[in-house]
Amino acid sequence: MSNTELEPLKDPGLPAHAHRKADHDEVAAKRAERQVSILFLLSAAGTILFIYSYIWIAQDIYVYLPVIGTTNAHQLFLGLGLAFSLFFIGAGAVHWAKTLMPDQEVIAQRHEMRSSDEDRAGFIATVKENGASAGLGRRTLIKRTLGLSLGLVGLSPLLLLRDLGPLPSDDLTKTSWAEGVHLVTDPGNRRLRPEDLEIGAVAHVLPEMKHPEHRKLDDIAKDALLLIRIRPEEFRLDAEKLSWTYQGIIAFSKICSHMGCAVALYEQQTKHLLCPCHQSTFDVPTGAKVIFGPAARPLPQLAIKVNAEGFLVAAAPFNQPVGPSFWERRK
Amino acid sequence: MKPARERVAGSVANFVDERVGAAKFLKKNLNKVFPDHWSFMLGEIALYSFIILLLSGTFLTFWFVPSQEELIYNGSYVPLKGIQMSAAYASTLDISFDIRGGMLMRQVHHWAALLFLAAMVAHLMRVFFTGAFRKPRELNWILGVGLLTLGIVEGFLGYSLPDDLLSGTGIRIAEAILQAIPVVGTYAAFFAFGGAFPGLVFIPRIYTVHVLLIPGIILGLITVHLMLVWYQKHTQYPGPGRTEKNVVGYPLMPVYMAKAGGFFFIVFGVTAFLGAVASINPIWVFGPYTPTQISAGSQPDWYMGWLDGLVRMSPPLESYIFNHTISWNILIPGLIVPGIMFTGMALWPFIEAWATGDKREHNLLDRPRNAPTRTAVGVMSLTFTVVALINGGNDIIATHFSFTINQIMWATRISIFVLPPLSYVITKRICLALQRADRDLVLHGRETGRLVMLPHGEFVEIHEELSPEEAWTRTSHEQLAPIPAAGIDANGVRANGVLKDRIRARISKGILQEQIAKPTAKEKLELGDGHH
Repeated sequence: MSNTELEPLKDPGLPAHAHRKADHDEVAAKRAERQVSILFLLSAAGTILFIYSYIWIAQDIYVYLPVIGTTNAHQLFLGLGLAFSLFFIGAGAVHWAKTLMPDQEVIAQRHEMRSSDEDRAGFIATVKENGASAGLGRRTLIKRTLGLSLGLVGLSPLLLLRDLGPLPSDDLTKTSWAEGVHLVTDPGNRRLRPEDLEIGAVAHVLPEMKHPEHRKLDDIAKDALLLIRIRPEEFRLDAEKLSWTYQGIIAFSKICSHMGCAVALYEQQTKHLLCPCHQSTFDVPTGAKVIFGPAARPLPQLAIKVNAEGFLVAAAPFNQPVGPSFWERRK
Repeated sequence: MKPARERVAGSVANFVDERVGAAKFLKKNLNKVFPDHWSFMLGEIALYSFIILLLSGTFLTFWFVPSQEELIYNGSYVPLKGIQMSAAYASTLDISFDIRGGMLMRQVHHWAALLFLAAMVAHLMRVFFTGAFRKPRELNWILGVGLLTLGIVEGFLGYSLPDDLLSGTGIRIAEAILQAIPVVGTYAAFFAFGGAFPGLVFIPRIYTVHVLLIPGIILGLITVHLMLVWYQKHTQYPGPGRTEKNVVGYPLMPVYMAKAGGFFFIVFGVTAFLGAVASINPIWVFGPYTPTQISAGSQPDWYMGWLDGLVRMSPPLESYIFNHTISWNILIPGLIVPGIMFTGMALWPFIEAWATGDKREHNLLDRPRNAPTRTAVGVMSLTFTVVALINGGNDIIATHFSFTINQIMWATRISIFVLPPLSYVITKRICLALQRADRDLVLHGRETGRLVMLPHGEFVEIHEELSPEEAWTRTSHEQLAPIPAAGIDANGVRANGVLKDRIRARISKGILQEQIAKPTAKEKLELGDGHH
């Protein structure tokens, strides 16, 4: 095959410039000018609406608008004023550019990004020459010690970040639950008796504190419990886990074993607990086993009992850390 | 004597020029030519929404209190009166209900953030599908990937600041991801949060990162990004008169200035309109954050949704090695897959140049159909992300379309493996079909729908020949040949690295072999003027 056979089509070149109406028709040009000015005037009107709304529309007036619904009049007209004042400046400028400014496309030449060989050679020569004059090649002692000190100086800011936080210690493994700690309602801080929970009921529970008003979010984030009552015969638990329940009442950590969200949705009919974040689903009768979703572990179960006064209390601390997994967590 | 206005302008210009020599620079650059195309405005939208973010964000900082100090709310939003909450949440309520224009600015800020990310993604797609990232613009592509990443982080931190129930849940999840990193994760989480979650320091800390650190970096990167566009000159679509060596368009002054400047006001106006009429992130509905509460249908903003969707569909995998826990169910969807996606994206220009052997400068854009493999890879990646995004909204979809969560989860778990390869194949076929259609159009002209009966009774349809401009636009692209499989010399001896070369030759064949030959001048001539 000869070259001519593969020859591509010819580039016809930039098409001739087509004039717009406003380019030669003075009436059309005047009309375009008027249109642009009207757009700019609309913007000015928008600003006036903005000022009016800011000063004279009270903040507690609500109006009903179709599609949007009930909305605050002050905020609505303030926003519309701002929107119009900005939008029409833009619309005017673009209309001006499109109708009255020159629309002839022009051609400019590009140049290859690469420097010429001459420039490159000159650059290398300069670097070498100036480097040599500083003695970079010769004075190795300086080079090495500079490298060392620069490397070390980078450590200082890293070290400075050390006090961002304490070391983990046992923060992730310990909760406030211990033998004899009362289960109290959240909110309300009322102690609970087994009779308070009917079959099918759920209670949101925290450990009792002397000064509940001083309860820290850090503690709540680990201590929160769900107390659920089902019929005792419905449990499918081993003897140990069953001994941690009381007459059908079972306590789970409310903090998801996946990523720590509150597992707060309980479906009474199916006895499933659902985490709304990633839809991990836990089966209550089998000890919150994961039956669906990305969580890999059941919710930790807290052993509970009833004390001499008839209140529900913890029988022991959690036997494993609550919440999401972490590197140091043991199986 | 010149009029007073001109004299003042003249003396100001003189003052500046004598000190910085601006005239020389401006004379050259005011005539700089910019090609015109609607798709070049996508990056502009991203730039303008960033400026809107800076302006509206600065306004918000005047009243926002970045503190987790607990207080009892006593502002004008009645339903939350007397409730204990953080100062951050309370001050966000104050901005929304007590500061005039506060609600507007909050909503403008949030809408602009969504627009910023959407425009960046759209701009990225434009640059990818047209091959604008090719040499010499690979560095700008990498900057763009960096900007997108920073934008996502910045957006996430921003909507976390009000300390409402929804955003606190997002922070809780972010903490769990940090904590899941092997070896250093627990320490990283404790350093970031100043102890166990939630602690009292993360709002003030992410505030500094959100209003200073990341915007500063973004601003710096945008500056370099634009300087490179300026210096390297903008790419242009193929068309009559446009070559690799020229740039065809409008000069900066006045047309481009008016259009681009006007467009800034249009974008700002539209954002303000959204802020006026469309409620967004109504934090007063969610309530203040507490670790024991949650609402059904918890959703992140859209640009985090795909990540959340990946986490949701992950299988429950966790393993124990020497008494240490590795949470694959968090690491894979939360860090490994996104890491691969963003690294692959950043390296794509180099991967493509290596695979096609094309190391030349490109200033003319590709029509996506003329680079079928690239287009297919792009659509494949988008399909992957969209399937993940859909699963990120699985709870909302379930309630709105009467599916079960399980159905959607399994549908997306399967789709995420099946649909991307399928979309790859389909896209490639569509591209080749479009190439064929181009060839037909150029050679046989456009079907006019006009039927003519010939004297002997035969019906023919009149084809209208394309104009030379249209024909050129459809044929001006280059068609590269695959890299020949090298490495075996005349004596049949294999050279070093031959396996690498063979793989490369194979890949290049996969990319370049299948294409529809574009019409040549000779073919066009032989077929005449379209009457056949």
